[in-house]
Amino acid sequence: MKLRINQQERSFEVDPQMPLMWLLRDELGLTGTKFGCGMGLCGACTVHIDGKAVRSCITPVSSVTGEVTTIEGLSADGNHPLQVSWRELNVPQCGYCQPGQIMNAAALLAANAKPSDQEIVEAMSGNICRCGCYQRIFAAIKSAAQEA
Amino acid sequence: MATTDPHRQTVISNLSRRKVLKGIVSTGGLVLAARVMPRGAQAGIVEAYATGAGAMSGGTVWNPQVFVSIAPDGTVTIVAHRSEMGTGVRTSLPLLIAEEMDADWSRVKIVQAPGDEKTYGNQDNDGSRSVRHFIQPMRACGAAARQMLEQAAATRWGVATAECQASNHTIVHRPSGRSLGFGELAALAAKLPVPAEDTLRLKDPSGFRYIGKGTVPMTDLHDITVGKAIYAQDVRLPGMRYAVIARPPVLLGKAVSWNADAALKVPGVLKILSIASTPMPAKYAPLGGIAVIATSTWAATKGREALGVVWDDGENKSYDSDAYATELAVRARAPGKIERDEGDIDHALANAAKVIEREYCIPHGHHASMEAPAAVARISNGKAEVWACAQSPAGARADIAATLGLEETDVTLNVTLLGGSFGRKSQCDFALEAAVISREMGGTAVKVVWTREDDIRHGFYHAISYQHVTAGIDATGKVIAWRQRSVAPSFMANFMPDPGRQSAGELGMGLTDLAFDVPNLRLETGEAKAHVRLGWFRSVNNIPHAFATQSMVAEVAAELGRDPKDFLLELIGRPRVVDPRKSVSSEFVNYDDPWEGHVIDTARLRGVVELAAAKAGWGRTLPPGHGLGIAVQRSFGSYVASVVEVAVDAKGELSVPRVDTAIDCGFFINPERIRSQIEGAAVMGLTVAKHSNIRFKDGRVQQSNFHDYPVLRMGEGAMDVRTHIVPHGVDKASGGVGEPGLPPFAPALANAVFAATGKRIRNLPIGAQLKG
Ligand code: FES
Ligand code: FES
Repeated sequence: MKLRINQQERSFEVDPQMPLMWLLRDELGLTGTKFGCGMGLCGACTVHIDGKAVRSCITPVSSVTGEVTTIEGLSADGNHPLQVSWRELNVPQCGYCQPGQIMNAAALLAANAKPSDQEIVEAMSGNICRCGCYQRIFAAIKSAAQEA
Repeated sequence: MATTDPHRQTVISNLSRRKVLKGIVSTGGLVLAARVMPRGAQAGIVEAYATGAGAMSGGTVWNPQVFVSIAPDGTVTIVAHRSEMGTGVRTSLPLLIAEEMDADWSRVKIVQAPGDEKTYGNQDNDGSRSVRHFIQPMRACGAAARQMLEQAAATRWGVATAECQASNHTIVHRPSGRSLGFGELAALAAKLPVPAEDTLRLKDPSGFRYIGKGTVPMTDLHDITVGKAIYAQDVRLPGMRYAVIARPPVLLGKAVSWNADAALKVPGVLKILSIASTPMPAKYAPLGGIAVIATSTWAATKGREALGVVWDDGENKSYDSDAYATELAVRARAPGKIERDEGDIDHALANAAKVIEREYCIPHGHHASMEAPAAVARISNGKAEVWACAQSPAGARADIAATLGLEETDVTLNVTLLGGSFGRKSQCDFALEAAVISREMGGTAVKVVWTREDDIRHGFYHAISYQHVTAGIDATGKVIAWRQRSVAPSFMANFMPDPGRQSAGELGMGLTDLAFDVPNLRLETGEAKAHVRLGWFRSVNNIPHAFATQSMVAEVAAELGRDPKDFLLELIGRPRVVDPRKSVSSEFVNYDDPWEGHVIDTARLRGVVELAAAKAGWGRTLPPGHGLGIAVQRSFGSYVASVVEVAVDAKGELSVPRVDTAIDCGFFINPERIRSQIEGAAVMGLTVAKHSNIRFKDGRVQQSNFHDYPVLRMGEGAMDVRTHIVPHGVDKASGGVGEPGLPPFAPALANAVFAATGKRIRNLPIGAQLKG
């Protein structure tokens, strides 16, 4: 099997039913995509397929046809406007949910450069942060949207 | 100095204490238990206040030759010996060393210590202890390193040490203006003896460049945002295998039969192993069950599904937490064991003009850290190497050594980042599972992955609890009697035959430390046996105790037609020290800190109530459906009050538009991380109040993932949390920050709900109670 992941062609032999998340984490070593719930409930595993936010834990590898982007490939230098605003506002606590939060927010801003407050909340309510960084996640998205 | 000088008295008591400590802490010439602080703003005078650190295993170590190394290019490497789980401690403690060295933070590298308390001092990250116990030793460590560099420069130049001073990663000879970089002096400084404790000169606080500023970001911040931060779930080793375990759904249940062949047919599944369980008290021993080892987590999970294990549930199969709550209520209504007693409660209640009785119940809860537990173990040539998200790494190392029958020195416990913990990862059962499986696999590296379902169904749960509170009020409207019964099982059941009631340490968290100015006071416990593994959940017993006391205050205020904030202040009473040691029936545990320097100070308790109320605009006009509630709790050496604004709509949907929290945590390092912990505590507090409910039926946890054990999501409120920090000088003992934000939240919210709707919440979670 073959997939384009972070602008590279990757080939592998796995169970076609294996969720993309496990392919990324266990087979390809892209551990920035986190395992949180395995049921599409928390957003920790969020990646982009053709720019759209997808929960990779419930996405079988065989169903993927588009180009996959993970947190490692979001920007070449790690300076996507969201990554920058995340650092400026000291968003993370433990950090475990944050790659998924950033990937989800990046897909939102790509589709909607100036989301309303309500649109941000709606788009982000599928991403859990057990440490409770929501106030700062929200502020960082607002700040990145303003810069754009 | 005259013996009446309080400062002098402090010195004497600390010196004598230090002698006692020498026998407890590790041996070795350079390994000292240090508790050194400058008095007031006078640099150069070293004095100490005692913390509980000395009584912890490993005590404290401040030797710069352990914690600091300087490369010839000037790179300063500082060891972080505490676990990072989101509080920022991996930055804050090294920052103290850098501050005292006057190092340039951009040239500091941080390395994580493995679990080893002999070398690094205590590593048990429970009890919000890291800063409160290590602020002094880390400062001493940095000061010692700086003085060694200054002395090295003096030797090199042949001048007096007093003329040499550290300044931004260099040592400057003041009279001549010459300077040498830290890197140039490193080799020479390393050969010098560590300065004696009584010669250490700590920085004058006016010269702080990092402490108290909040300008230095977490050292892992960049890695987190680019997906490079490594948690235990992310560890990968060459040839590593993946294991998941089918654990008994009921505590101490046994696997009777399972279909190993079916599991082995799943492509990638390599081996099926039976894991033993240990009868209670089992400490952190694995729960037992059937492990599936495979070439990927996915294959292991599929293999586990194919096992079809049949269980013998054993004696805990009848545990039903709803029925248990009813039992606890019955116990709470009858006289219990007296834990603290003042005045004559029976007489006072019999003669009170008004008696108000209320009951409060909080169910089991679970941590549900975003990273479920995980560990990797590899055993070769009689040595074990383990990578774990360990909240108590040295404890984990000792338990692994004991489990494998190895010497501790043959076990290396590498500490990864923790993707949250909140107490769960102090219990190292997951690391022991990895160690046992790796051994059975002939030493192959094995990662044990806990899924979310494993995490929620096999936790160390926050204890279910019942509180019964009775207040007696005299004809003038003063509270003259307060009787509170706390009934909950004890987590001590993990460590000893079940004591059947809460221990002194658990009671010191919000019951026996009650600081109300009431002449007749009785605090009791009722009997409650543990039927599940119990653990400490962020702020532990403070949650039920604060919920009961702080709800009750507002209930009594409402009955008497008083403002809840004024009434709370009246109950706290005048500024004074409350000393429960005189009236407790056994021991009073003050968060394991000594009494001196860590007293219960009602001036500080009042202070945060007044600050939170003032900042929140207590009494301001609110839109319809909104209400304000207030609550306060001292815990882990810090004082925290929250004013919660709630909004309840016509459908009974609740949101929290604003929270004002005041925290007095003594002398602090990083106000930015204090704010982030307080913001997070509001979110977690709202989760506890609104959602958290682990229920057992037939001995089984009924919840399994975030759909039936919901945690707060964005948009549910607590998005505007304002933190107000009380400033203090270096002489005010540092309190904890990670936990103390949580306890006041739920009662402040319940009080706000009452203000908004007239409905009183006495049982958590709120769930659908406001609907219909
Ligand atoms: S791990 Fe995929 S949504 Fe939670
Ligand atoms: S930062 Fe810990 S879960 Fe979000």
